[in-house]
Amino acid sequence: MAPVLETMLPTAHVYDPMIPTPYRIHRVRKDTADTFTLELRPAAEARRLETPLQGEAGLARIARHPVPRFAAGQFNMLYVFGVGEIPISITGDPADPKQLVHTTRVVGTVTKALRKLKRGDVLGVRGPFGSCWPVEEARGNDVVIVAGGIGLAPLRPALCAVLSEREKYGKVVLLYGTRSPSDILYQRELERWRARFDLEVYVTVDRGTGGWRGNVGVVTTLIPKASFDPVNTIAMVCGPEVMMRFTALELESRGVGADSIFFSLERNMKCALGFCGRCQFGPTFVCKDGPVFRYSRIKSWLTQREI
Amino acid sequence: MSQPIVHVGGQVVVERPHFEQLLDVLSKKGYRVVGPTVRDGAIVYDELTSASDLPVGWTDEQEGGRYRLKKRSDEALFGYVVGPHSWKKFLHPPVLRLWQAKRSAGSFEIAEENQEPSRFAFIGVRSCELHAIATQDKVFMKGQYVDPGYKSRRENVFIVAVNCGQAGGTCFCVSMNAGPKATSGFDLALTEVLEADRHYLVVEVGTERGAEVLSELPHKAAHQDEMETSERIVAKTAQQMGRSMDTTGIKDLLYRNYDNPRWDQVAERCLTCANCTMVCPTCFCTTVEDVTDLTGDQAERWRKWDSCFTMDFSYIHGGSVRPSAKARYRQWMTHKLATWIDQFGTSGCVGCGRCITWCPVAIDITEEVRAIRESETRQKEDEHGDA
Amino acid sequence: METLERILAEHPFFEGLEPRHFELIVGCASNVRFDAGQFLFREGEEANQFFLIRRGKVALETFAPERGPIVIQTIGEGEILGWSWLIPPYHWHFDAQAVDLTRAIALDGKCLRTKCEVDHHLGYELLKRFAHIMEQRLEAAMVQLLDLYGARA
Repeated sequence: MAPVLETMLPTAHVYDPMIPTPYRIHRVRKDTADTFTLELRPAAEARRLETPLQGEAGLARIARHPVPRFAAGQFNMLYVFGVGEIPISITGDPADPKQLVHTTRVVGTVTKALRKLKRGDVLGVRGPFGSCWPVEEARGNDVVIVAGGIGLAPLRPALCAVLSEREKYGKVVLLYGTRSPSDILYQRELERWRARFDLEVYVTVDRGTGGWRGNVGVVTTLIPKASFDPVNTIAMVCGPEVMMRFTALELESRGVGADSIFFSLERNMKCALGFCGRCQFGPTFVCKDGPVFRYSRIKSWLTQREI
Repeated sequence: MSQPIVHVGGQVVVERPHFEQLLDVLSKKGYRVVGPTVRDGAIVYDELTSASDLPVGWTDEQEGGRYRLKKRSDEALFGYVVGPHSWKKFLHPPVLRLWQAKRSAGSFEIAEENQEPSRFAFIGVRSCELHAIATQDKVFMKGQYVDPGYKSRRENVFIVAVNCGQAGGTCFCVSMNAGPKATSGFDLALTEVLEADRHYLVVEVGTERGAEVLSELPHKAAHQDEMETSERIVAKTAQQMGRSMDTTGIKDLLYRNYDNPRWDQVAERCLTCANCTMVCPTCFCTTVEDVTDLTGDQAERWRKWDSCFTMDFSYIHGGSVRPSAKARYRQWMTHKLATWIDQFGTSGCVGCGRCITWCPVAIDITEEVRAIRESETRQKEDEHGDA
Repeated sequence: METLERILAEHPFFEGLEPRHFELIVGCASNVRFDAGQFLFREGEEANQFFLIRRGKVALETFAPERGPIVIQTIGEGEILGWSWLIPPYHWHFDAQAVDLTRAIALDGKCLRTKCEVDHHLGYELLKRFAHIMEQRLEAAMVQLLDLYGARA
């Protein structure tokens, strides 16, 4: 039986889904010592490969919304000409029609090459791929977003989507933990979020350095501080797998059900189409059954080593 | 000779001397005819220019970690089973360029690979292989995304199946409900009959396309006793399977046993050489390589067969998710027999036995399943013993 | 059983217990043995026991997909391992794997916590002792976190 695609959005069926579309870098922003953000816009001469693409109506649609619509939690495959291609979560606001935003860390050959690119350079984009955060399912509930390290990047679109229809949700809480104060992402945006009266934001670091007077401790220590109704809460969690497992443990002990908790997983990906087989996690393909998974579905697989 | 009109589902007889013409007819229709031929001490799949390229009078002896060719005492065209190649080498090529790109005007342009898709005619496809092709069809054409190259190669293929006249030492298609009789997915299906004074083929017509090709060969309607002879041959093959696998509840059996010590035992033998994945007709995993020339102005993307047995396969920043041989063998076997069922609705295994034959240390997938099942029986007995 | 009783009686953890409580605990005890590499318990499993390690060494671990197993702490001879049996929802939070051949006394925590619900004096005595162990482990973990031997970040 094919797995139930609970959090899937239909994506455009490109004729050859292995062909990237050229995008031009509009801006590069350095976030921390090893993390940076790229803002991408379709390269002027690119056709978006989407079927059916019908003449004037199709072109007019592209002019209004140049960037393919994506759902919070989805990812693109970013291609550096001649170097390689990697999956990176989309971190921009899903309602922004003009550009794609990606935050990534330098960890290997392709990310090193991405880091060297400048405004005006062109890279290839394929996507969007994958399942999405349960932004719709969460309506009418409290929303708890728990981010660890660069896990904040794939969660940012979910928070944007929730905030854009704030009245549809109960309490909304953002818990963010990272290694040290100098590793905090999106500082200015965090300050804007904290300034809102309809959003609780707590930040913590594993190691307080340089005069930090905020919380120190792992991100799970923030959960008791947050106020939410566990029985009517949807939790979205992203970060290192160990952090996500402990977060789920803590949320469950607060009374949040395993089917109300969602993780975003990461595995090796070369195609993002379910063809190369590399992203398999038990019976699932992280590229198409994920990367966002309902915790109850994957709970027993998570404690299996080397799966 | 009367030439009755052939129809889908009908059976006709073609005498051995006339069989030669089948390859010519296909070739004239523009098909690239490929099929079994002897090379380097094995029966492989390659281009056939005539029926004499087939392994006439050859058979194969297969056991765990062993494959030898032997001369037969007759001149059978299809007197052997399956070798190290499978039809995936044509439908899902081992090395394939996906596109080329060149820098231009501050951006880059991609040129799709627009060659005429090959129209293959496969000669000698066994039932297990028909099931394997159908299994890969599910992967590449029935999911959310379609592999356009696979689709066009697949749609243009003409399949001449063969009902096996003997089973191999490592065959277990019966256990996997994948043979030995070809029941669907072919244009024509042959059963070769060798008698003292006569050598003929009973041909079942599978499609209109098959009927069209067959009508260009000298043939006549099959008699009742000829059809019965061919049925008997296939029935006998079903009794000769070299291996068997109990697939009762196999998905849950394996899901329960991820920590079974048997995995450690098989890991001590497994070289992670990936032979099994290369010869398996359903294994489909690949890698993608992006390359560039020295100037950096031209780039290409290539897709190549890969294997879950490599360390790279599951590598994410920091390391491989499956560093141990045990985890990689377990991944392969549980994918093939268990998680495949949840992913695609069928088993990934067709019982062709190649993985057993071509494993250098003769690891036997049927034995591994048996061992895990028995370990549960033993455990239950121990528990009852203590009560 | 007599040897078990003596071992438990001589261990500082069980010192000062009332005889009726001590007998109860002895009744819940059994000898267990783990070969090197065997798991005493796994993350996520129901926690129904705790152990007094007599010989050998146990590694408390978690694992990350790309890093493999990470040892957080080791528990050795004479030490007590496992308090999740006492604290709801009674699930292990880590894996515990025997590093060497390990002999231990396993105590039936599931049975004991039922008894603790009925006899609060027993409960208090056990919690006092475990609180002490938790404090020691917590302080040790906090100091471990300081990465005192590392170069200045």
